[in-house]
Amino acid sequence: MQGSFSRPAAGLLLALGLSGVALAHEPDKTPPHQAWSFEGPLGQYDQPSLQRGFLVFQRVCSTCHGMRNLTYNDLAGIGLTRQQIEETAKAKPQPGTPDAMGQPTTRPGLPDDHLNSPFPSDAAAAAMMGGVAPPDQSRLAMTHPGGPDWLYAFLTGYRMPPPADAPMVPGKFYNDWVAGHMIGMPPPLMNGMIQYPDGTPATVEQQARDMTTFLVWASDPHRNDRHSIGKAVMIYLAALLALAIAWKRKIWKRLKTQ
Amino acid sequence: MTQPDPAPRTTLPPAAMTGLAGWVEARLPVISAFRAEYIDFRLPRNLNGLWNFGAILTVVLLLMLATGIFLAMNYTPTSAGAFLSVEAIDRQLAGGWLLRAMHMTGANLFLAALYVHLFRGLYYGSYKAPRELLWLSGLVLLVMVMATAFAGYMLPWGQMSYWGADVITKAVGAVPGIGPSLEHIMTGGDHLGDVFVHRFFVLHFLLAFLVVGVVGLHVTIVHVNGSNNPLGIEPRTPRDTVPFYPYYISKDLVGLIIFAMVFAALMFFWPNLLIEADNYTPADPMQTPADIEPEWYFLPFYGLLQSVPSKFGGLLASAASLLILFALPWLDHSPVRSMRFRPLCRIGLFGLVAAFILLAVAGKHHAQGGWLIVARLAGLYYFSYFVVLLPLASRKEKTRPLPTSIAAAEGDQ
Repeated sequence: MQGSFSRPAAGLLLALGLSGVALAHEPDKTPPHQAWSFEGPLGQYDQPSLQRGFLVFQRVCSTCHGMRNLTYNDLAGIGLTRQQIEETAKAKPQPGTPDAMGQPTTRPGLPDDHLNSPFPSDAAAAAMMGGVAPPDQSRLAMTHPGGPDWLYAFLTGYRMPPPADAPMVPGKFYNDWVAGHMIGMPPPLMNGMIQYPDGTPATVEQQARDMTTFLVWASDPHRNDRHSIGKAVMIYLAALLALAIAWKRKIWKRLKTQ
Repeated sequence: MTQPDPAPRTTLPPAAMTGLAGWVEARLPVISAFRAEYIDFRLPRNLNGLWNFGAILTVVLLLMLATGIFLAMNYTPTSAGAFLSVEAIDRQLAGGWLLRAMHMTGANLFLAALYVHLFRGLYYGSYKAPRELLWLSGLVLLVMVMATAFAGYMLPWGQMSYWGADVITKAVGAVPGIGPSLEHIMTGGDHLGDVFVHRFFVLHFLLAFLVVGVVGLHVTIVHVNGSNNPLGIEPRTPRDTVPFYPYYISKDLVGLIIFAMVFAALMFFWPNLLIEADNYTPADPMQTPADIEPEWYFLPFYGLLQSVPSKFGGLLASAASLLILFALPWLDHSPVRSMRFRPLCRIGLFGLVAAFILLAVAGKHHAQGGWLIVARLAGLYYFSYFVVLLPLASRKEKTRPLPTSIAAAEGDQ
C-alpha cells in the first residue's frame, strides 16, 4: 500500500496540513478577499492573465513544483496555439527509453507529456528542499484552505526583513500566511523579475494575481465552458418549462370544464 | 355533472395492429402492455408535485447508468491508478469533465430525490395495506442505493474516499464475533489497497444494475396496487382517476424540467456545494485528514453513529434507524393513511424530519459538545416516533373526517 503512493502526495499533505493548522490557530486571520474575474456562477478566467500566470509558472514555480495531472496539450485551455504547445513541451526534456547499453537517455518533450516535477523522485525532492517536497500544484487552488485569496495573500505575504520579534531560522523565510510564519520556500516573486510580452508591468502583486489565476485554472480547467454551457442549458430549460407548463394547463383544464 | 373522461383516442384493438407491430404483439403483447401501463393506466386525479419524484428518480437512474458506463471505460481500479485515471477523465478525456459532473451531481440529487420520495410515503401513509410490499421494495432500494453511493465515493481514491473507507471498515470490524471476518471481506487484505478498490469498483457497477432490477419490481408493484394519493383514500369511480397519458405525462414533464434546472444550476454554477475539495488530494494512508466526514446524505446516520458511546452500539443505532422503517406498516395501525387527517401524527412527522436534519447537523459537528446532546435527543425522538407515537396514536388519535371520494374533495360532485 505505502509503496503505491507517491511521496509528493505526502509532502503536499504535510504542507497543506501545516498551513491548515496555521489558519486554525488564527481563526480571525482569513486572507483578504480579492476581486477575481472567475468568481461567481458566471465568472470567466481572464485569458491574458492566465497566459501571464503560465509564464510565471514556467519561469519560477516549475523549477521546484510539478503540475503532473496536466499535459502540455491541456494548455490549449489558456489559449496557447498548437505551435506554442509543441515548443513548450519540446523545451522540457523527458526521460527516454534506455539505450542499447542500458544507459538512461532523454528525449524532447511531447504535447501529451505531463507537467512533471523537476525532481527525479519525491524523496529526492524532499532531501534537496529541506525535508519537504514542494507540493504538486494540479489541484492546489482547490484543496488549499482559503483558495485563491490565500494563494494571493501568501505570494505577496513574504516580509524581508522579517519583523523584529520573529525568530530567525536559517533556511526559513517569514511569511504572514503560513503556519508559524516560517516556510522553506524562498520568496518566489520580485518586482520586474520577468518581462511580460504584453507590456503589463510585472510587479509582485501583478505576478501573484496572474499566478493565482493560473493555479485556479489548473484546478478547474473547464470553468469557462462550464459556465457558458450552463447559461445556454438554463435558457433552453426555461423555454422548455414554459411550453411544458402551457401543455399541462391545457390538458388539465379538461377536468375543470367538464 | 361530469362526463366520464373522453375516450382514449389512441386505442386500437391489438388484433388490428398490422405489420411488424402486429407480428410482435401476437407473440409477445408488449405493445398492448405498454399501452395499458403507461397510456391508459389510471391514477388518482389529485396527485401533487411530490408524486413527480418517482419519474424523476427513474430518469436520474438512467442518467447514472449512461454516464457511469463511459466513466468505467476510462477508470483504472487500482490504488495507484484510480486517482490519476479520474484526473485524466476530468482533464484529458474529451467531454470527460461533463460526464463526471453529471455522475457526481446525479449521485447527490438521486439521494436527495430518494429522501423526498421517502418522506412522501411517510406523510401520506403510502406504506399501509395494500402497499406494504411497495414500501419494503422501496426501502430495499434505499439501502442498495446507499451502498452504491458509498462504493462509488470510494472510486476516485482521494483522501475522503480512503479515510471514509477506513472509518466504515473499522466500524464493521467492531461487530462482535463476525466483525473481523466481515472487515476482512470488505478490505480484502490487511490494509485498504488494490483489492479494496477493485472490489468496490465491481460492487458499484454490479449494484447499479441490481438497483435497476429492483426498480422494475417496485414499479410493477405500484402498477398492481395503484398509486396512493394525498387524501389516502382509494379511488372508487372513474371520476376519481385520470389516465396516465396525457395527464400525468404532462405533469411529470413539468416536474422533470424543474428538477433538471436545479440539477443544471448545481452542476454548472455551484458545483462546490456538492464537491468535497479534500477528495482531490490523493489518498494517503500516512496522513489522517483533520476532518473526516461523509457525504451529506449519510450525515444523519453518521450523527447517530457518533452519539452512541460504543462503536458497535453506534453501528447498531445507525442500522436500526433504517431497519425500523421496514417495520413501519406493522407499527402504524391507524386506518387513516394521510397525515392531512391525523393532526397529532402530522406534527410528530414534522418533528421526525427535524430530528433527521438535526442528526445530520450534529454529524457534521462530529457530535461534539452541545451537539452530542442534540444528537442523542434527536436520535431518541427518531426512534420514539416509530415505536411510541405511531402505535399509541393508532389507537388514541382523533382523526379528521375523510372525504367521501377524491372527486368530491376536488369539488367535482
